Amino acid sequence: MASTTGETLAAAEPIADGRTEEGEEEQVVNPWEVSAKGGKIDYDKLVDRFGCQRLDESLIQRFERITGRRAHVFLRRGLFFAHRDLSDILDAYERGEKFYLYTGRGPSSESLHLGHLVPFMFTKYLQDVFKVPLVIQLTDDEKCMWKGLSVEESERLARENAKDIIACGFDIERTFIFADFSYMSPPIYKNIVRIANCVTGNKIVGIFGLTLEDYGGKFFFPYIQAAPSFPSSFPHIFSDKYSKLRCLIPCAIDQDPYFRMTRDVAPRLSYHKPALIESKFFPALQGESGKMSASDPNSAIYVTDSLKDIKNKVNRYAFSGGQDTIEKQRKFGANLEVDVPVKYLNFFLDDDAELLSIKEKYGSGAMLTGEVKARLIEVLSEIVERHQRARAAVTEEMVDAFMAVRPLPRMFG
Amino acid sequence: MAFTKDQLLARLQELKIEFLSCDHPAVMTVEEQAKYVGHLGGALSKNLFLKDKKHRLYIISALANTKVDLKILSQRLGLGKGGLRMAPEEALPEILHVALGSVTPFALINESARSVSLLLDKGFKSQRYCLFHPLTNEVTIALTPSDFDKFLLSIGREPAYVDLEDCPVVGKDNPPDLAYLVPAEALNLPGGADKVPPTSAPAQTNATLEQKTKQPTQKPKEPSKEQKQKSGKDKPQINADAVADSTNVEKFVEKVLEKVSNVFISELSKQSNAEDGNIKDHMLEGVKQRVSFDLLSMTMTLKNSVYTQGFHAGIESTLYPLANRKIVERK
Repeated sequence: MASTTGETLAAAEPIADGRTEEGEEEQVVNPWEVSAKGGKIDYDKLVDRFGCQRLDESLIQRFERITGRRAHVFLRRGLFFAHRDLSDILDAYERGEKFYLYTGRGPSSESLHLGHLVPFMFTKYLQDVFKVPLVIQLTDDEKCMWKGLSVEESERLARENAKDIIACGFDIERTFIFADFSYMSPPIYKNIVRIANCVTGNKIVGIFGLTLEDYGGKFFFPYIQAAPSFPSSFPHIFSDKYSKLRCLIPCAIDQDPYFRMTRDVAPRLSYHKPALIESKFFPALQGESGKMSASDPNSAIYVTDSLKDIKNKVNRYAFSGGQDTIEKQRKFGANLEVDVPVKYLNFFLDDDAELLSIKEKYGSGAMLTGEVKARLIEVLSEIVERHQRARAAVTEEMVDAFMAVRPLPRMFG
Repeated sequence: MAFTKDQLLARLQELKIEFLSCDHPAVMTVEEQAKYVGHLGGALSKNLFLKDKKHRLYIISALANTKVDLKILSQRLGLGKGGLRMAPEEALPEILHVALGSVTPFALINESARSVSLLLDKGFKSQRYCLFHPLTNEVTIALTPSDFDKFLLSIGREPAYVDLEDCPVVGKDNPPDLAYLVPAEALNLPGGADKVPPTSAPAQTNATLEQKTKQPTQKPKEPSKEQKQKSGKDKPQINADAVADSTNVEKFVEKVLEKVSNVFISELSKQSNAEDGNIKDHMLEGVKQRVSFDLLSMTMTLKNSVYTQGFHAGIESTLYPLANRKIVERK
């Protein structure tokens, strides 16, 4: 079983920030930094280095068989591409053994872009097809520690982000959203300490690259992100009957270090290792060399963008793989490898047939950049509009209800 | 304690029951199964896991070709018309300890299934071999009918063979002929007992929706959870299934789209000729696709909003009499 290979922290832990032994920086992927020489992340190398597995076609087909419907577009198009122990979760599910979902967000900014929504959109799909409960952790404490935000500001951002998360369409009957500052309580704190007793400072340094100059909270935080992987952290949801319930964590691959540590600890506390399903990073509008950054509004489509903004951003900033002139385009076709609109359509255009047609025509020159961009604008506008409408309906009371420590009697539907 | 396939097969060997075993990829339908095991020369079975209104459970095991009419069987069992429907999905792992697509009489080896009644197609008796899943749909075993009886007797079951296609008229002078097969005790089905309070508004909106009874499919994979709503005479049955349905956003949207499509098609037919039926269907599919995402989102918003209101009402109502305080206006 794959869970036992390449997992032990002591031996094969990749050096925290991705430097090779010669000290040369190849690509850096950790929860606080994502960058690569030449801009393009080598996901194969990353999967090898981290020791997780690729999500292959047979697993996707298994998804479809078990859930009885077509796999989510992010799965089909390889945006969620890696996993740990996903087969175990599916095996158990087929035997009638349930699991729960756990994902989260570090509320560092008020404005969210589509890249931020990706894990939530996918998690919603998982919740719908498997009919399982979900816990969402808002790490306001983490942002307080790393970004120097005040406690109050972190709490405020957490609540604001919760609204956008709710707007993704989670089912309140089986979703519990919590912020660390307000949820910290005996059950989860006890688990945090149990976890802390299993992981030395040395290991934390090894995984996260911290030094003694860093504030102590940063050493402690990984235990806090690990705790929700264990059902006993939520006794109001999981009774004794579910004390050993399995956990599946959809996240971006930069979160893998946290959960490698968690998986190492789990058996020592008699829990199942949490399983992971991991996504690539969403490309910035400017292409591989750019980084989607909260500070550069033109690097991404924000959920608050107007239709005009979307049109403007795509037309002006989306990196095109098309030729310089119409004549050249008709003759040579576009370079689909670097074309950002096609990459975005790959993830957001659900219709397989239409996507194939666009790729063929654009690649051969039958279609122009402007046309592809126009289609992308349509697709994105629909998504953003839907989100904004749902967001407008989220009230403070609804946030309170999602965040209330309450039982979820119909969580398995 | 749930029996595994291997434990079951070991038990069969203990009983000196000879059987042929065939491994294959997981199959969810009899047709699929036939592809892999047709060569065994035995009779494939289709197995339905059903429940009645009083939460009593049944497995009906029939030859693949036998026509099983649940309405008629329901009357013959003395459950009235429409008394039988597919058992809830959760009952499969909880009571039978098998997964979807693996319903089999062999599941009755489990203690948890002691109250499940078994109806067998009398057609099995004349077959050379009968084919069943041994607790998993990745394997099929073939055994003779008499060996199968031997197994049932060994777990304390009297094999009950029934002419499933018979349709006697049940009435005052003709009592239900299968009533003796109704289990003595009902089981606590997972998902709640009889009195599950409906989750405020959504359950009520559901009561006003007219629903068509779907003819339950023969494959246990898709339990049809739709109920007949009788407005007027009978009170709507409030049980775990109804609540799950009425709060299920996807089912709701499906029903809405179905209703709209049907009306749309009939209106269109009035206007144009019936020849372009294909075009209409195609167009309708297109419309449904485009509208689905939005409808799903809007309905989920509605559901969450309504739950929120109910939740806060619940909190306020418990606080209010205690403190004798005035309602605090929320900004």
